[in-house]
Amino acid sequence: MKIEDKLFLDRFRVHDESHLRIIDGALCRDQCPDQPCLYICPANVYRLEKDHIGVAYEGCLECGSCRIGCPHLNIEWRFPRGGYGISHKFG
Amino acid sequence: MAIVGAGPAGISAACLLAEKGAKTIVLKRGEYPGAKNISGGVLYGHDLAQILPDYEKRSCPIERNIVESRIGYLSRDGGYSLAYRDKIFADERKHNVFTVGRAKFDRWFAEQARGKGALVACGTVVTDLLRDSNQRIVGVQTDRPDGDLRAHVVLLADGINSPLAAKTGFRPELKPHQVSLAVKEVIELPEEQIRERFNVGPEDGVTTEIVGEVTQGMDGVAVIYTNRRSLSLCIGANLSSFSRQKVRPYEMMESFKAHPLVAPLIRGGKSTEYMAHWLAEGGYDAIPRLSGDGFLIAGDSAMLFNALHREGSNLAMTSGRFAAEAVLEALQKRDFSQSGLQGYLSRLENSYIFKDLKKYRRFGRFLHTHPELFTTLPELAGLAAREMLTVNGVPKKEKQKMIFREFRTGFSLLRFLRLMWDGWRSVR
Repeated sequence: MKIEDKLFLDRFRVHDESHLRIIDGALCRDQCPDQPCLYICPANVYRLEKDHIGVAYEGCLECGSCRIGCPHLNIEWRFPRGGYGISHKFG
Repeated sequence: MAIVGAGPAGISAACLLAEKGAKTIVLKRGEYPGAKNISGGVLYGHDLAQILPDYEKRSCPIERNIVESRIGYLSRDGGYSLAYRDKIFADERKHNVFTVGRAKFDRWFAEQARGKGALVACGTVVTDLLRDSNQRIVGVQTDRPDGDLRAHVVLLADGINSPLAAKTGFRPELKPHQVSLAVKEVIELPEEQIRERFNVGPEDGVTTEIVGEVTQGMDGVAVIYTNRRSLSLCIGANLSSFSRQKVRPYEMMESFKAHPLVAPLIRGGKSTEYMAHWLAEGGYDAIPRLSGDGFLIAGDSAMLFNALHREGSNLAMTSGRFAAEAVLEALQKRDFSQSGLQGYLSRLENSYIFKDLKKYRRFGRFLHTHPELFTTLPELAGLAAREMLTVNGVPKKEKQKMIFREFRTGFSLLRFLRLMWDGWRSVR
């Protein structure tokens, strides 16, 4: 089962504005050879696109791993606005 | 009294405070209580009964009453399992442990607090705390228009992923090695199949905790819990190990589901939800400062988690209860300073919470410093069982020699003794 299919099971209420932001894209490109965000995020929010890392915040499971797992602490992380983001059905 | 978070800690405190007539508001960022909450899925009757003695009569949404606990030690293609079942857990000690879906349970729990007079405000993110000129906490700031709310005491019960705790400096931002990242999948199955596969009655259930090669060499654990019409599968490992080994959590979940001891249990099931969450690692030594002038911290936010016994929701409920009791004392004295609230810490110190966490304070480090527990050891243990059980005309003595030889190449005797000694020390 692919991650896209897993996320498809969940209920999200997506806000127009992302609650996740890479602060300095150049830092990821030039100074972060391992780019652990590409692996550790359980929702595969961070994806390598041509010359930068894309942030698919819509499927964020709000665990916080990218925030503390980024070796440069280069991710600005907020909770989605009240009532937005994932809503667990079973929990 | 303002409570941040509508999980077991926050709602437990709200129930007791509202019952005693204290004006209590619970702020919750999700659409409804439980919308953001997740755990493996077990709760403990003892701790819940201290908050709501008649919870069983209030139609508490219990999935299954746990009558059997299994432990699995898995190699790549096989594994050992050990189970303990006891009639007492179906009779006198019924609801000692039971499974819940947190979306349903937390909603129900919050309803009980509402019934006692607490206000539960959903869809509200607490963005900061309000302080007076002496740096005392005097309320919270939220993301609602005119969102400032003043309170004598603020209870932080907003869970382990608390940017608020970090921002306000109450708990330094966590380091990757201080948490485990776990993913969970809920897999629906017809009730009869759950009963047959786990050999249980209509209301009874089984918990299974698994360690070994399933976490791909990282220190972690997997669980399978039975719900009424579904199974909860969780698997997780230390967050720093995920980074180091470049393992993707959802791929690890897929290999776990395909393991020969797991696949038959979920066969034909339908995945209905996928979630992720942290667990506190580090035990007693990771606990931050838990109180100050005008605030208390409880539950997961306080890093109260007993990894060896997978107890967390009970620590949350009981720490929430202690917080409420301390606030009631402070209300009587009209003293909301740290010393006015000191009843919280003294209660924690004298309870099973701190006593258990102190007892196992070395356990997390033990797992983290002995990767062979998740690699060589399950592999060799698997080999030993496989060879001894294979009937192929080879004398047992020869097999035994071969197994010992393999053990010695994988493991020096000294390292094995060290493992045993450290393991014993970490839990004694």
